[in-house]
Amino acid sequence: MSKYNVTRRGVLRTGAGAAAGLTLPTYLRAAAHSGFTNAPTGDTVTLGFNVPQSGPYADEGADELRAYQLAVEHLNGEGDGGMLQTFSSQALEGTGILGKKVEYVTGDTQTKSDAARASARSMIEKDGAVMITGGSSSGVAVAVQALCQEAGVIFMAGLTHSNDTTGKDRKANGFRHFFNSYMSGAALAPILVDQYGADRKAYHLTADYNWGYTTEEAMASSTEALGWETVNSVKTPLTQTDFSSYIAPVLNSGADILVLNHYGGNMVNSLTNAVQFGLREAQANGKQFEIVVPLYSELMARGAGQNIAGILGSQNWDWKLENQLGERYKGTNAFVKSFGEKYGFPPSQAAHTCYVQTLLYADAVTRAGSFEPCAVVEALEGFEFDGLGNGPTLYRAEDHQCFKDVVVVRGKENPENEFDLVEIVEVTPTEQVTYAPDHPQFSGGALGSCNNGA
Amino acid sequence: MDQFIVQVLNGLDKGSAYALIALGLTLIFGTLGVVNFAHGALFMLGAFCAVIFSRLISLSHEIVDETRTDFLGNPMTVDVPYMHDIFGPELGASIIDWAVPLAILFSIPVMIGVGFAMERGLIKHFYKRPHADQILVTFGLAIVLQEIIKAFFGANPIQTPAPEAFTGSFDFGVWLGYDPLTIMYPYWRLVYFFFAAVVIGAVFAFLQFTTFGMVVRAGMADRETVGLLGIDIDKRFTLMFAMAACVAGLAGVMYAPIVAPNYHMGMDFLVLSFVVVVVGGMGSLPGAVFAGFLLGILESFASMPAVVDLLPGINQIVIYLVAIIILLTRPRGLMGRKGVMEE
Repeated sequence: MSKYNVTRRGVLRTGAGAAAGLTLPTYLRAAAHSGFTNAPTGDTVTLGFNVPQSGPYADEGADELRAYQLAVEHLNGEGDGGMLQTFSSQALEGTGILGKKVEYVTGDTQTKSDAARASARSMIEKDGAVMITGGSSSGVAVAVQALCQEAGVIFMAGLTHSNDTTGKDRKANGFRHFFNSYMSGAALAPILVDQYGADRKAYHLTADYNWGYTTEEAMASSTEALGWETVNSVKTPLTQTDFSSYIAPVLNSGADILVLNHYGGNMVNSLTNAVQFGLREAQANGKQFEIVVPLYSELMARGAGQNIAGILGSQNWDWKLENQLGERYKGTNAFVKSFGEKYGFPPSQAAHTCYVQTLLYADAVTRAGSFEPCAVVEALEGFEFDGLGNGPTLYRAEDHQCFKDVVVVRGKENPENEFDLVEIVEVTPTEQVTYAPDHPQFSGGALGSCNNGA
Repeated sequence: MDQFIVQVLNGLDKGSAYALIALGLTLIFGTLGVVNFAHGALFMLGAFCAVIFSRLISLSHEIVDETRTDFLGNPMTVDVPYMHDIFGPELGASIIDWAVPLAILFSIPVMIGVGFAMERGLIKHFYKRPHADQILVTFGLAIVLQEIIKAFFGANPIQTPAPEAFTGSFDFGVWLGYDPLTIMYPYWRLVYFFFAAVVIGAVFAFLQFTTFGMVVRAGMADRETVGLLGIDIDKRFTLMFAMAACVAGLAGVMYAPIVAPNYHMGMDFLVLSFVVVVVGGMGSLPGAVFAGFLLGILESFASMPAVVDLLPGINQIVIYLVAIIILLTRPRGLMGRKGVMEE
């Protein structure tokens, strides 16, 4: 039997040895990292795809993940290359990123800010992800963007439409390709006035969270500027499934337009209720009653079925753009072809924005010649590109928001199949949806300076 | 006044669903003494019976239509439902149109089977365990059922429309002498209310006027004595569990056109249904039904814009607020009997 004698000197000696041992690899790692978080050292680089795999937006998340897998294939030179051929910057050659093979890890945001932050943190700290992307909610996007800023990695936002993501909550390490509430309002308002007249009274039902507020504000201010009046706006809980008690008073309110600032399951349910209560057939103030859905999605349209027919809304992108409006939207068909052949159906706008964000990141790293976040930020700021399906696009330096055309769509009256649910009404040119970086709907935030972390 | 009538009507269909779910919960609690947190999941399964049934009868085979092209430019494949082949396009289409009411016939055996399997397979092992264990195991079961449905049907709500004949709204206002379009009420919600009334009536009649029902009521009052009289009360209680599952399932089937079914809909109803049971009085069947309608209508009133403007957030707490007030003044609930859950 042995006996351990613990002495003060022994403890000190062991402690010093352990400290030295711990410091050495950190020191070596820091050197190899050349001063930024998760610098890739081997012949691979890891990207973190943080999408809702459970919760109300799981279908959007599944489509985002499909797009990311396709993007990784194309970056590594597998498959048909998709938009790599049409992208105006020809820096990517299908040899990974800076010669490193692209690998990825995935996380589940659950459409909850805390769960999304936890999964992003785990991908950064445990899996060594050098960039985080994804999400299908503005609440999540804002939370994860702030985390990435602190951690010193790049955040390429997925589907997030609130003004705040590149407004009051903008961050230097975060970038958004998707459009926003303001752009929806600016694109939709003229068409709404054109179709339904300038003398209209609108009633808003608004999802009670960040995105709902900015969308209501954007829709109200842009339609009021063209003569509409907002008679009432009511907040509805995010967990609401039966909207009948919110819909029933609309017809007696003096309004002749209902604006549903709802997304996902909320929108499917509120629209269904509105149609059930006969709002589509009703007359008010001597006019036909109309419903407007500012943010459309194909997946939602599929959920709402026939109820969506004839209803106007806006989208970031649509898979039919290049076929119907030609060369300006090149890249669209290349993407639809690779996605369609791999999965058997056309991609959603969530899939498109995620695919494009991955390519844009890879391209920025390649042009910068480094994975260092500040170098990537510099390469993306003010970057003008084309051939990714939206026409000529600018990544504005002041707020890291992409500026491009906005697609105004309408639910199709007689869809030929389950993927052909929306028709393109008009494309609103970039100039009409561009705003000053200090616009009141976006004020109160600052990018700060980029963070390399480590 | 017209707004008042609108909200009463609105409360009726939600109240119907609460009443049906709470009725099943009370039956199970009264007979088996089990607090069944999986009851909401049974409601959800019922709604998905409607989804599954309408998918089953819309099963189709593909034919290639050379004259049209799909999104990749290949010849388009068109789905032709087998129903069209069997019954001809017209009758086939109307059978598919009536999927939800027809799903009732499909859901009854399915839900009885599910209820039977749940009771025999899992819940019977928990009769002698504390209520906390029962709550945990049934809650766990609810999560499992939910995730199974999500794995097969995805997370987004699935539209399950009512038959064409019941789409649109009934103008109650004109009927009551108001201006047209002041009080609109969708036909299907009216159907749901009458359907719920019939189901509730049938359950009460069954318990009141059949020998089986009499034995069950006697068992609810004094299980031991009924057992001593040589009656196999356990077997009857198993059947009651299956029946309660069936009532929840039927409530779900017919609710599918009102709110598009998603995997989570059971949980949305479950907590409120428990409040309904407690407000109505534990173990009281008429109490459960009455409280169901009462709270449904109250919730509807609290969502009126005028009320929400006055008291923001009231729509989300009104049911709990009323529950607290009722329990403070009548601790056994509105129609609760002495001695239930009190030993």
